[in-house]
Amino acid sequence: MNYKMMARLNGYILLIEAVFMMPALLISVYYRENGAIRAFLMTIAVVLAAAGILMLGSKGAKRGFYAREGLVCTGIAWIIMSLLGCLPFYISGEIPKYVDGFFEVVSGFTTTGASIVPNVEVLSKGILYWRSFTHWVGGMGVLVFLLAIVPATGRVNGFTLHILRAESPGPSVGKIVPKMRQTAMILYLMYIALTILDICFLLFGGMPLFEAVCHAFGTAGTGGFGVKADSFTSYSPYLQNVTTVFMLLFGVNFSCYYLLLIRDFLGVIMDEELRLYLGVVFGSAILIACNIRGMYTTLEETLRHAFFQVASIVTTTGYATADFDQWPSFSKTIILALMVVGACAGSTGGGLKCARVLLLIKGLHRNIRTVLHPREIKVIRVNKRVVDEKVLANTNAYLTAYVIIIVLSMLLISLDGFTTETNFSAILCTFNNIGPGLGQVGPTCNFADYSSFSKIVLSFDMLAGRLEIFPILTLFSKATWKKM
Amino acid sequence: MKILVAGNGKMGASLTKKLTVEDCDLTVIDQNPGVLESIMEDCDVMGIHGNCASMDTLRDAGVEDADLLIAMTGMDEVNLLCCMTAHSMNPKLHTITRIKNPEYAGQIYTLRSAFGLSMAVNPDRQAASEISRLIKYPGFLKRDTFARGTVEIVELRVREDSKLIGIPLNRLNSVAHCNILVCAAVREGEVTIPSGDFVLKGGDRLFVTGDAENLGVLLKHLGVITRKARHILIAGGSRISYYLAQTLLKYGIDVRIIENNPKRCRELAEDLPDAVVVEGDAGDQKILDKEGIADCDAFVTLTGVDETNIVLSIFGTHRGVPQVITKLSREENVQMLDDLPVGSIISPKDLCTNSIVRYVRAMKNQVGAAVSVHMIADGQVEAIEFILDESTMHCKEPLKNLKLRKNILIACASRRGKPRILTGDSTFDKGDSVIVISAGDSVIGQFNDIFVE
Repeated sequence: MNYKMMARLNGYILLIEAVFMMPALLISVYYRENGAIRAFLMTIAVVLAAAGILMLGSKGAKRGFYAREGLVCTGIAWIIMSLLGCLPFYISGEIPKYVDGFFEVVSGFTTTGASIVPNVEVLSKGILYWRSFTHWVGGMGVLVFLLAIVPATGRVNGFTLHILRAESPGPSVGKIVPKMRQTAMILYLMYIALTILDICFLLFGGMPLFEAVCHAFGTAGTGGFGVKADSFTSYSPYLQNVTTVFMLLFGVNFSCYYLLLIRDFLGVIMDEELRLYLGVVFGSAILIACNIRGMYTTLEETLRHAFFQVASIVTTTGYATADFDQWPSFSKTIILALMVVGACAGSTGGGLKCARVLLLIKGLHRNIRTVLHPREIKVIRVNKRVVDEKVLANTNAYLTAYVIIIVLSMLLISLDGFTTETNFSAILCTFNNIGPGLGQVGPTCNFADYSSFSKIVLSFDMLAGRLEIFPILTLFSKATWKKM
Repeated sequence: MKILVAGNGKMGASLTKKLTVEDCDLTVIDQNPGVLESIMEDCDVMGIHGNCASMDTLRDAGVEDADLLIAMTGMDEVNLLCCMTAHSMNPKLHTITRIKNPEYAGQIYTLRSAFGLSMAVNPDRQAASEISRLIKYPGFLKRDTFARGTVEIVELRVREDSKLIGIPLNRLNSVAHCNILVCAAVREGEVTIPSGDFVLKGGDRLFVTGDAENLGVLLKHLGVITRKARHILIAGGSRISYYLAQTLLKYGIDVRIIENNPKRCRELAEDLPDAVVVEGDAGDQKILDKEGIADCDAFVTLTGVDETNIVLSIFGTHRGVPQVITKLSREENVQMLDDLPVGSIISPKDLCTNSIVRYVRAMKNQVGAAVSVHMIADGQVEAIEFILDESTMHCKEPLKNLKLRKNILIACASRRGKPRILTGDSTFDKGDSVIVISAGDSVIGQFNDIFVE
């Protein structure tokens, strides 16, 4: 394994993290928050020192960088980034326990939005900004950001594909243009443009600049950290609707936006995953609206809450305008199902991804046909293209790993004595990077009451969910660390 | 620049690797998903799965806004159809195709416009003409010509008994009574652009530039025999053998081909009436002895298997053949062979891909573009020829005052067909044709790239 090259990449990642902390530091300086300023300065120093050590240690790195290095490097990078990224919370004393800070920042980077902070309004502005900004970085991926800014070094640098695959969600990740650097740049430019658009719409609705920026970060990364204790409940209906639309937009596969940019409108309209995604959103929102129609006064309010919650859950954002824990069981079950489905592949959302659900449904349909007509040869097509059997096998393996991790982690956290509903939804909403669950981890509650051990298990689930299981699982495999 | 490479077999993959370094947007089309997967892991390219001659696949690959299509599948017919289809979809597209079958090779030129071809490459014929040049002027392991043939860069090995051993390069010209410049040296696999105090050792491989006359003088002093070749023995009856025999017979050289397959022997005998075709296993040393390997002037191993070629060449050297030439299909083997007595090495794949890289560079830099590019020292060093024009910086300034980038050497300038070896006091001017040696990582697209900003 090429340890030196991995060290160098991790050094770069930490350098980027240090640079990303600068705006938060400036905000703390602006609001004169002395504790936060000290915390950020110390953290930046530590991160830079760590980056320096890694860079120095990577002198004379060789080129060989293969799938194994790509996977392991991605997993390690995210863990290191989180271990150091939580220092501002801990040093400033605003989150007194290190494990809690780690949970909070993992929840940020993985765009989960599950919090252990009882009242976010007491946190200082710099810390709040950093908390929301981790969503934005984690949404598109920090390694993808690295790919976009590192210059093409002239000689072969093919390892980049492994990193894109390891960090980007979806069953079959590919480039959108031949050059990796341009692919990463296009992705980030579209991401930045959409974020700025969101900020403008929020400002137009009268939201203060700081809140607009933080909420736009939370929406863009489909994260869910807000700056208010009641999430979106107290904002105007306009702001809630804008956020609904933008959450849904960030849950769409970004290659669809590229198709729009190159004016391939037919390709977008005919995209099967997009159709499934929109179908799921509208179908479940209307079902929920019918189910909860008695709870709100007007039809507009009912629809608004139904759509906001559905968009928030299906894109795995986790904002809330209503306490869906109080909704009837039918609606709650739909919400649980939406948690599993998740957003589109290639978006910033989590979950199983619509693309996988589509493949699994089509695979199941084929299996039923082959039981009835054993000699029939049938291929599976998505968007009229034949899907490689390897992709199908990988999808099935993914589902298996997904279920096993859910069962095991639920077993581990059930020692804490919460109800089964709470535990089940806690696992689902951390593993799928959503945020609020049901019961004692519902939209109005938080994760503070879990034990430290459970918080580590949940942090692991969040990382595994964001990186689509395998980069994290391979870290624990013996084959990864063997020489041959 | 957007380039499509259709077909990613051995030749296509090697070409793709070379073109990634040139900073082009590459899209690779192949019918085998495994091949695509492996090339995407090695290089920064996009892979499109499908038949490269079908319009749908070509459209997926973005032929409409591509600049160049290179058809490299194993089948001539598919290559031609692919170029034709692509050209009809995008009339501005340049197309390059590989042609293998000798029966088509002759008619391609006539049909060029019908197929929409910009260039056709024939690796076998290129290899054959390279070998025939080596045979016509023996003594060098490899020779590349520049400036319309007036300047050459030749490769030669310093023999263990050479009187040049122990002499530093700045005294080489006075010792050898000639005017030449060593532009690269390979010692134990390491390539250097040597300075004046580089002391020669036995076993070094040198890349030397100079005009034909001076190079001849150098050879004499190195004690390399330069007898004119009269009898050539070829092992293997491949397509290269056919092209090579055809050329050599034209110069009145005796050619003897040993081929195992009786059917192929008959074909060769039909096509080459003046050659002697022997049916037999070229791997059998008895047959080689019987066919007079000890008395031939040059022995060329052209069987389809690299390992056989290597072993046969070693055998030929042991039997005292003055010139041995080995064909290799896998260029990655070249570096291992540094110490083995296999003579000159010819890689058809390298020759062919280099000529395409040259075409791509010329397309990319319309102004101040390289006239020709040759890879020397196992592909680790580039020798690039430029014709200087108005845009060239630092004209008429003595070389010692110029700041050149690392690992760059200006080897030779040729004015009105007269080559000069450059020294610190020399200058160049517009209209000169200059050869630049580059061992660095950066791509030298135009002449001005060699200066430090």
